[in-house]
Amino acid sequence: MRRLRITAYLAAGAVALGACTTASSAPTFSPPASVGVGEGALTVLGWPGYAEDGSTDETVDWVTPFEDETGCEVTVTTFGTSDEAYRLFTGGDADQFDVISASGDASVRLVAGGYVEPVNVDLVSNYADIFASLKDQPWNTVDGVHWGIPHGRGANLLMWRTDVVTTDPDSWGAVFDPDSPYAGKVTAYDAPIYIADAAVYLMATQSDLGITNPYALDQAQFDAAVALLKEQRTVIGEYWSDYTKEIEAFTNGDSVIGTTWQIIANLMGDVPVKAIKPVEGATGWSDTWMINSKTTHRNCAYLWLNHIVSPTVNAQVAEWFGEAPANSKACEETVDPNHCTIFEAAETSFWDDVYYWTTPTKECLDGRGDICIGFDEWINAWTEIKG
Amino acid sequence: MTAPIASDPVSRPSVGRRLAAFFHRRPRAALAVLLAPPLGWLLIAYIGSLALLLVNAFFRIDPFTTDIVPEPGLQNFERMLDQEVYRVIAVRTVLTAVAVTVSTAILAFPIAYYMARKATPRIRGLMVVAILLPLWASYLVKVYAWRVILAEDGILNWALAPLGLRGPGFGDVAVWLVFTYLWLPYMILPIYAGLERIPDSLLEASSDLGARGSTTIRRVILPLAFPAVVAGSIFTFSLTLGDYIAPQLVSSTQFIGSVIYSQVGSSGNIPFAAAYATVPILIMVVYLLLARRLGAFEAL
Amino acid sequence: MEGLGAWLGRIGLRLMTALVLAFIYVPLLLVIVYAFNDNLVATWPPRGFTLEWWSRAINNPGFRGALASSLIAGLAATATALVLGSLAALAVHRFRFFGRDAISFLVILPIALPGVVTGIAINSAVSTIGIPFGMLTVIIGHATFCVVLVYNNLIARLRRTAPSVEEASQDLGADTWQTFRYVTLPLVRTALLAGGLLAFALSFDEIIVTTFTRGGVQTLPIWIFNNYRLANQAPIVNVVAVIAILLSVLPVYLASRLTSDTAAAAGGRT
Repeated sequence: MRRLRITAYLAAGAVALGACTTASSAPTFSPPASVGVGEGALTVLGWPGYAEDGSTDETVDWVTPFEDETGCEVTVTTFGTSDEAYRLFTGGDADQFDVISASGDASVRLVAGGYVEPVNVDLVSNYADIFASLKDQPWNTVDGVHWGIPHGRGANLLMWRTDVVTTDPDSWGAVFDPDSPYAGKVTAYDAPIYIADAAVYLMATQSDLGITNPYALDQAQFDAAVALLKEQRTVIGEYWSDYTKEIEAFTNGDSVIGTTWQIIANLMGDVPVKAIKPVEGATGWSDTWMINSKTTHRNCAYLWLNHIVSPTVNAQVAEWFGEAPANSKACEETVDPNHCTIFEAAETSFWDDVYYWTTPTKECLDGRGDICIGFDEWINAWTEIKG
Repeated sequence: MTAPIASDPVSRPSVGRRLAAFFHRRPRAALAVLLAPPLGWLLIAYIGSLALLLVNAFFRIDPFTTDIVPEPGLQNFERMLDQEVYRVIAVRTVLTAVAVTVSTAILAFPIAYYMARKATPRIRGLMVVAILLPLWASYLVKVYAWRVILAEDGILNWALAPLGLRGPGFGDVAVWLVFTYLWLPYMILPIYAGLERIPDSLLEASSDLGARGSTTIRRVILPLAFPAVVAGSIFTFSLTLGDYIAPQLVSSTQFIGSVIYSQVGSSGNIPFAAAYATVPILIMVVYLLLARRLGAFEAL
Repeated sequence: MEGLGAWLGRIGLRLMTALVLAFIYVPLLLVIVYAFNDNLVATWPPRGFTLEWWSRAINNPGFRGALASSLIAGLAATATALVLGSLAALAVHRFRFFGRDAISFLVILPIALPGVVTGIAINSAVSTIGIPFGMLTVIIGHATFCVVLVYNNLIARLRRTAPSVEEASQDLGADTWQTFRYVTLPLVRTALLAGGLLAFALSFDEIIVTTFTRGGVQTLPIWIFNNYRLANQAPIVNVVAVIAILLSVLPVYLASRLTSDTAAAAGGRT
């Protein structure tokens, strides 16, 4: 039943593509033409820190104002990884969660499985102010159909302890070196999507492999990335998937160099660290707010989408979580006036060599056809790499 | 206590009494009523779920949509047996479980013995409380505490530094240490109960027959306490076999639980997770049968 | 009569006992230390003293909600386990029937099989049937592996009570319910209490099965897990742990006193 719907959407989208010039035209299924009065309730499935309602910190709350304004009573559930999000959203109750903040490595799978519905971006007035480079990307737009509203973005950076690592590295080679002087203290992100980081490095160092998109790897390219990671395994001290673990590891000296998020570097306190985007570029993430295809609270969902990317709220979220906001007007609203500069929010070339997380599929994302390796193989390989 | 009822032969006995008589005459009906709820629950809610899971082990998923494709086949089992990493992980998990069982047994026995046979009743009561209390401190908090203890700049290295030694850091040894710590109460309590049950008269008889303390321990107490040790080992073994949180926090190695969890969480590949789950299920069923043989079920 | 060997053995025993107790409690003491540590990250040595985390924890509505959920789930699961475990234990103790030995095997299976297996099994079953995930599924999951704790305690106690007491009651004219209420129950009450307490403790701290059956429900372990991931929240979790330990001292002490008293009365060591 769901498969039928999604094929219909994509077909409709393909037809619409020819007739549309801007991406903000409505797709030809039946999204609402307008947003009505809120239905009174909304369940949000989001990254921790994205939908704060005061329960984490009394002063950090953009949910209660939303509830007061719209009458939509919000229940927030959080998750730890994209994969957990996918499992929560798709397992169990079909309409349990109304909206989800999906990273690129979950959003496409949700679309493919028919779990989310296209979003009429005309109904989200703040969509117009979102940075253009976040719109119409493969993880939030399929065949011209918009499947969600961009939330914010960040890059995976290279961080090191400046008091241990004496010469500042500028390349990912520092973590891929099997003869590293910091063997046993190197760290990496614990998810199959990290294979793309190896691919990014290979793009620069083994250009004869011909990788153009680190998420579109054919067998030979994939094998090279896996081989590189197996080599890296010998110097890895630990992998991290929740950021308190990495903060602790760097503070206590268990890790001295590895992949990180900006928020982690900021939270290191007086521990001397530095974080950069190496010369080869980096993987990154850009999250999308999506609506459950089985939702019974569509109006509240659209109201939430508009609320969360409004300038004030988007600024609050970006500062609390530590990422670049999606709304260009949010930069004027951040408490720290340098926030957008630090996080490179405005359209700078910083993002040119950042490859946002997106789900690898058998059908190559760079258009080469059916020869790429799908995500299930990435998961399988990741188990093998960790050993 | 109430006076015996049915003293008046003319009045009809109460409903309760008639019901009691009914069940007394029909033990089968009584048994059915007693057994139906728990048996029904366990068979339907639990065995039924397990059976459903194991049926899934023969299916596969569509890699794009992660829907389960109900076409039976052996592909999951083939992959499990072909790829070396899954064998390595299974062996590593079982060996750790054995090591943890041994270390907890060694640590638990002296303290259980002291509690059961040497401590005054008051001390014994306090010690039972002391053993039970850590079970109320959250499992996660304890593991995180060990993360801090074992860290590079953590308390263990700091304490060993004057001796010129270092702690094990994170890794397989850390996992063994943490599991030993976590499951210790589950081993102490059954052994304590088992030792407590040994009648004093047996020990007196043993010394009357000329056995010294160590001989009595070796030839009377240990054999009698053995079922209790096996009972405790059921917990230490099974809890180690399936855990994925502790290995993730104090090491970067993968255990059976880690694989199952990531297969379900990352790819929604329930069929493969189910297939790999047959490994710990089979191991535990065999272990339980052995344990029952050794009398552990009476000692739980 | 005893000699040097026995004396050394006694000293050694006490030493081992003390060391094991230290092994058990040093990490917990560390947790307490970090509940007052003036630093977001748990480093060694601790930085300074602060009560900041305590005020934040107590005022944290998420924590209070999670605590409430855990209490509800624990009480419901314990009640269910008490009923089911008692029925099963009575059946196995009183009657001989085909498959009697299999019952104790069946009852122990949920707790003996790894939690992740139980979790994904119940998860697939619930998804297939289509009932919503939530408190009900959490309770079902917890009750299933808690039954064995009640069952074992009760059956061990039933085995140790002399059947003559019940026979005497029946000779005096009591029917089944009266015998149960006035004779059996008082004798086994503390075993039920012990089993119930263990079941509650297990349910309260359970995280793996809960992860797969919770839907949107946040029990305390889930809250702890989520909050450890947030750098601003990690120290609060240590406070919560200390609170949990402190709250449990009294019930655990009372329960152990009750069980040990009646254990001695019901049959003891001679």
